[in-house]
Amino acid sequence: MKSRLLAVLFSALLLNFAACGKREALPAAGGEEVIKIGAVQPLTGPQAHLGKDNENGTRMAIDDANARGTTIGGKKVRFELLSEDDQADPRTATIVAQKLVDAGVRGIIGHLNSGTTIPAAKIYYDAGIVQISPSATNPKYTEQGFKTAFRVMPNDVQQGRVLGDYAVTRLGAKKIAIIDDRTAYGQGVADQFEKAAKAAGAEIVAHEFTTDKSTDFMAILTAVKAKKPDLLFFGGMDAQGGPMIKQFKSLGMGAIFLTADGGSTPEFIRLSGGAAEGAYSSLPGLPLDKMPGGKAFADRFSAKYGQIQLYAPYCYDAVGVMIAAMQKAGSSDPAKYQPALAGIAYDGVTAKIRFDQKGDIKDGAITLYQVKDGKWQMIETVGGPAPASAK
Amino acid sequence: MDIFLQQLLNGLVLGSVYALIALGYTMVYGILELINFAHGEVVMIGAMVSLAVINALMASGMALPGVVIVAGGVLVAVPVCMALGFAIERIAYRPLRRAPRLAPLITAIGVSIVLQNVAMIIWGRSYISFPPILPVTRHAIGGATVTDLQIFIFLLALLLMAGLALLVQRTRIGRAMRATAQAPEIAGLMGVNVNAVISFTFVLGSALAAVAGVMVSAYYGIAHYYMGFLLGLKAFTAAVLGGIGNIAGAMLGGLLLGVIESMAAGYIGDITGGFLGSNYQDVFAFFVLIGVLVFRPSGLLGERVAERA
Repeated sequence: MKSRLLAVLFSALLLNFAACGKREALPAAGGEEVIKIGAVQPLTGPQAHLGKDNENGTRMAIDDANARGTTIGGKKVRFELLSEDDQADPRTATIVAQKLVDAGVRGIIGHLNSGTTIPAAKIYYDAGIVQISPSATNPKYTEQGFKTAFRVMPNDVQQGRVLGDYAVTRLGAKKIAIIDDRTAYGQGVADQFEKAAKAAGAEIVAHEFTTDKSTDFMAILTAVKAKKPDLLFFGGMDAQGGPMIKQFKSLGMGAIFLTADGGSTPEFIRLSGGAAEGAYSSLPGLPLDKMPGGKAFADRFSAKYGQIQLYAPYCYDAVGVMIAAMQKAGSSDPAKYQPALAGIAYDGVTAKIRFDQKGDIKDGAITLYQVKDGKWQMIETVGGPAPASAK
Repeated sequence: MDIFLQQLLNGLVLGSVYALIALGYTMVYGILELINFAHGEVVMIGAMVSLAVINALMASGMALPGVVIVAGGVLVAVPVCMALGFAIERIAYRPLRRAPRLAPLITAIGVSIVLQNVAMIIWGRSYISFPPILPVTRHAIGGATVTDLQIFIFLLALLLMAGLALLVQRTRIGRAMRATAQAPEIAGLMGVNVNAVISFTFVLGSALAAVAGVMVSAYYGIAHYYMGFLLGLKAFTAAVLGGIGNIAGAMLGGLLLGVIESMAAGYIGDITGGFLGSNYQDVFAFFVLIGVLVFRPSGLLGERVAERA
């Protein structure tokens, strides 16, 4: 019995190798160098729609670079995308990270979630591969001392601070309840929010928890309701936020609903079944139509893949800035282009990208939105450089 | 107090859905001594099919009232799930009826994985939202808030359970089911068509599962391809809590489990001073499962029966 199991495992391994071999053999047509870029995001599970959006953003950037005909160090190159599914699960994230390292990628665009990005960063660092996360906002990601770790989106310290302050000073909240999903992202942004709201003079009357797979929030919302808050902040993703606000309204709660970037999607409104009206959210970065190349990007993206969910433009920029660094360094060797990336100034579609010593983006802006007429409408942008003229 | 009442109402609504699903587990176990682990997926398919019909009806442009559209969804989902339940039994369990007991358990898990993946291929990987077509009138009952939908779910579940109890106790087929549960061979010798009775049990359980699936997706507003997994496990826990194989037990266990979960999630943070948070909500069902298995394996209403050879 045991030997049969071994045989099955062994043949599975062989198959795997065969598949890998085939992949290696395919490119190198026409004498151009092939550079593999890895993209990791959840492609199954509750956040699959966001993951697919990320993958599409990355793919579009790579297709563009290939169509343009990129040369690095005087040599014509072609980029190849290896996309992996991390299921938004930290354990799976490290497995697929190792798989991509073994496949010989020269750079990583990902992961989507903070919880997956942080553990995977160690694997890329050990292998000396540059990683740019388009959307992981937990501050810990760039605080691990890995010089290979970059991100093109402002982190939660900034976002939480802006949100906490905004909730108290602008929305006039005095008693605030918080729910977070206990992921690195949700917990991180909720903690920053709590700190800022307290500093601004609000009282935190409840802090309840859920998970990133839950659908039933009636019990915790009822517990929150008992504390009579005038604002509820949710740190988590849209797949929970949408149903949560629906249940929140069905309990007859009148408090203001506020969430961060994870809930700032069309999906949030769709899943809420019409209950999202009036809710607030924030998104690091500028709104798409205020981004330097946002309008043109949005038009091209929607023509190809449909509506942008959330982070696609950031993925597009992550690839763009990575390729620009390779060109600047004249090499696709991560050890060579990493210093070039650290010192780069790149005009992306989302912002002018420059990194600080930790690998965080400089001068990140935070934009606040509210659902009006079934759509996220921008209210105002806080921090960051003055919005560049949309050209 | 009003909060306590609210948690109790939340729990009863959730529990009535658990009870409907638990009936499917318990009826099959009563007759075959088999845990039909694919039952949760039948719930999921019920939700998905009804949503597909509801969305199609909405897109058709007919200005039907929301209740009619949802009823249309249920009317399609129920027969689809009945057929599915029948097929599962025919394909995955009947050929293995004389096999060791582990074999049908494994095919059950296999069927469950297949159904999840089929659903993922057909309906995609993202959450599907339930359109906001049902009226959400709220009623205040002693300080707690209840919506029409919650009241309707609870009453319909009770009605279905009462109907099932009548069917099992008062009809010919019900008597055949009870006879088969007690001694399949003897029932067969007495002229009961055992295969037909078993098929009927699966079809009946699946019909209830379909209704439960629509209830869950309407209540939470969403459905997705793996929603059946956790629901199935919890309903199974409810069946064990009430005493697996016992129909009244499944109803009691479901309601009780819903209330336990709701109370636990609502009060655990305050009671433990923040040591255990409400994110442990899903864990309580399994605390209950372990507790029952250790202290009263036969469940609340189950009788201690000597292990059958």
